[in-house]
Amino acid sequence: MAVVTPAARAASSEEDKELLISGSEAVAEALALADLDVVTAYPIRPYDTVMQAIAKKISGGQLVAEYIVAEGEHSQFEIVKHASTVGARVFCGSSGVGWMYAMECLVVTPPLRVPMVCLVGNRALDDPGAFGVEHNDALVVRDVGWMLCWVDTAQEALDTTLIAYRVAEDRRVFLPLAISADGAFLTHSQALTMVPPKSKVDRFLPRYDRGDLLLHPDNPITVAPQANEDWVIEIRRQNNEAMARAVTVIEEAYADFRRVFGRGPENPWFEEYMADDADVILVGMGTISLSLKVAIREMRAKGKKVGLVRLRWFRPFPTEKLVASLSRAKAIGIIDRDYSFGSPFGSGVVANEIRAALYNSDRRPPLVSFICGLGGREVTLEDVYKAADMCYAAAAVGKSDSKTHWLGVRE
Amino acid sequence: MAALICEVVYRGIFQKNLAARITRGIVLSARKSGRWGIAFGRYGDSPQRNGIPAKDFAIVADTKEELEQNMARYEPKHVDVTVVVDDTLSKGVESWAWYGLQPINKLTVPNGTVLMTSLQSYESLLKDIHKKDAPYKLALIRAKASFSGLWVYKEDHTEARILGALAKIAPSFLSLDGVSAAISEIEWGSDLKVSSAKKAYERLESREIKLTEGNSEIPYSFEMPKWWEMREGVTIPAIPVGKPKEDGKGYVPERNPYFKKYTTRTMRPVINFDTCVKCTLCWIQCPDSCFDVMPDGTYDANMEACCGCGVCEAVCPVENCVTMVNESVFEDNASQWEMWRKDKQKYQTWLGEKIGDKKTTVRSHGFRFRGQYEKELEKGFEDGGGEITAGIPGENAEHKKI
Repeated sequence: MAVVTPAARAASSEEDKELLISGSEAVAEALALADLDVVTAYPIRPYDTVMQAIAKKISGGQLVAEYIVAEGEHSQFEIVKHASTVGARVFCGSSGVGWMYAMECLVVTPPLRVPMVCLVGNRALDDPGAFGVEHNDALVVRDVGWMLCWVDTAQEALDTTLIAYRVAEDRRVFLPLAISADGAFLTHSQALTMVPPKSKVDRFLPRYDRGDLLLHPDNPITVAPQANEDWVIEIRRQNNEAMARAVTVIEEAYADFRRVFGRGPENPWFEEYMADDADVILVGMGTISLSLKVAIREMRAKGKKVGLVRLRWFRPFPTEKLVASLSRAKAIGIIDRDYSFGSPFGSGVVANEIRAALYNSDRRPPLVSFICGLGGREVTLEDVYKAADMCYAAAAVGKSDSKTHWLGVRE
Repeated sequence: MAALICEVVYRGIFQKNLAARITRGIVLSARKSGRWGIAFGRYGDSPQRNGIPAKDFAIVADTKEELEQNMARYEPKHVDVTVVVDDTLSKGVESWAWYGLQPINKLTVPNGTVLMTSLQSYESLLKDIHKKDAPYKLALIRAKASFSGLWVYKEDHTEARILGALAKIAPSFLSLDGVSAAISEIEWGSDLKVSSAKKAYERLESREIKLTEGNSEIPYSFEMPKWWEMREGVTIPAIPVGKPKEDGKGYVPERNPYFKKYTTRTMRPVINFDTCVKCTLCWIQCPDSCFDVMPDGTYDANMEACCGCGVCEAVCPVENCVTMVNESVFEDNASQWEMWRKDKQKYQTWLGEKIGDKKTTVRSHGFRFRGQYEKELEKGFEDGGGEITAGIPGENAEHKKI
């Protein structure tokens, strides 16, 4: 829908450009390339950085889109939901308690099959009021039909945003998708990032076609009528099937992304780093991978065969592939940047999911769960060494540790 | 019979409190003989909507285990007694929660009982009640429908009468002593009510209904779609736009083919097309868009869509042009305008008969003037009839002829 401005035309060539941009700016680059139609904004740190970056794109003539400043997150998400039903490609986002304030709108989006793409700049939930990263904000929608993924770098943020529209707007899926980016570590750090030309994006990303669900005078429909117990379970079942179909669509999208852009992972679901021969595999999501990779290199130099699995996709959860990868190890350590008070073993959300995923497996290596880096606390190399040691200890006794260890907490 | 299962079919809002009192009364009466019981409503019904058919249930059993056995489902699939507290429900019911048109005796077990409050004859009722593939009993309490409002209850002893009648129908579960004790000790504490229950016990009329008796209409029904047959996105197709009636004149809107709404109706408008001034008010104001525009510019209330709310009568500026009449005197949903077009003289005679029927012109819901409540009670205790009014006193009653 965007008009091709002279500035945009000048920028387009067949070559990628290298720019020094933050994770948020990388998302904004992708949005301009994806020819976004409607974006809504309401400021909250760290998500607000993407909002500012989009505003600059529009004022600079690189993107023609409706930019609506809402009076709060609740309206912010409602507006894009409605825009999407009339066929607009939409973007939205928030952080921490802002995301929570939109909760009513977040839960109605999946059953209405609205392919909204959002950025969650991960932020600790109040109280205490804090800005640093925790993953609990995005994770609260894990059960209601949102696709959830975590990115690690500005490059991955840009690429994943393009992939997100391709997946969410696929007629087989039509589900909302939230991309999580760790507050500060990714949203506010500028890194060298390759920005593809529009011509490549056009070959990868088809236009959004809402088909028979388009709300339009030529296709008169009623959306979201009241229903009683005779209808609800069928509607939930439809949602479940769409989420199941998303698995194939995600794999197709990554394969096509590699074909068009010449980069991107072969395994969409998680990144494996020195995991092939590892005795101990550590698992985490987001920018925590940086400390883990550095620590792993140090430990490898000392002869400890430690590896990393960085989970990208949390919903749909890559159960079979992840189990196949992790069950090779002698012990697994899951590092959660979130909490789930009162949960089994007091573990974080990721550890409990992986424990459940392993249950049907013939080979279940001992599992140790950790909670670390809450509220944006630095995850130190010493934290990682400690975690690896505990995993080795569990491997030695051949038994999971039923205690969840809090790393980097003053005690 | 180790358990007694009763349903109470009632009108949303108008009889919501009445139905709850009846089912409570059943459980508390049976408790007097040591039975266990539960009273509950079908949650998916919408008892908060004027006139919409809804259901309450009461189950009583000898033991807690037997009670649980009958409770372990959303709602009973068969009932020993169907209690119907408004005889216009005998045409069948379509709530927003049960699909298609349910005959009023659908859940009644073979040789079970349909217990109804009605002033109509058996013959008249059996023109409306659908045929059943098993014999059953039709028991009548001679009273008009007891209607009130959302928060209130009409103290006309209908609940006591129903309990008294049930003591006759199912004496092994509800003895008259048990009912009397429950009324006086537990719930409503009134000797007058106990005597009402006893009167109903003595006066209850009952008749065996044979397989051959009843309305032979095949009730409208439809299949619920499977999950993969349903449109995605909680989306349903809108009702298409309508068409001109004939020769490009008039206009008939399309309507929901799956939900007819008319079983919500307890009164229907009858229209004098000769005096209609084509002002459009009924057509504009009808909350259910039930008026079809006729080629001559008059408006025909479509009886598949009319809920009988009476707004058309209230807004019509012409004396006696639109008059609400008790639904029980009509036997079909045929077009009044077509009847009028065919024979205007005959139509006027028909209209006069409907409006002039003293028994049936009685308003079946709402109160029209101060003191009507007391007058109705006074009359109701003796013969079940009510004060007869047409129109709204102080507004248009002096212009309405009975």
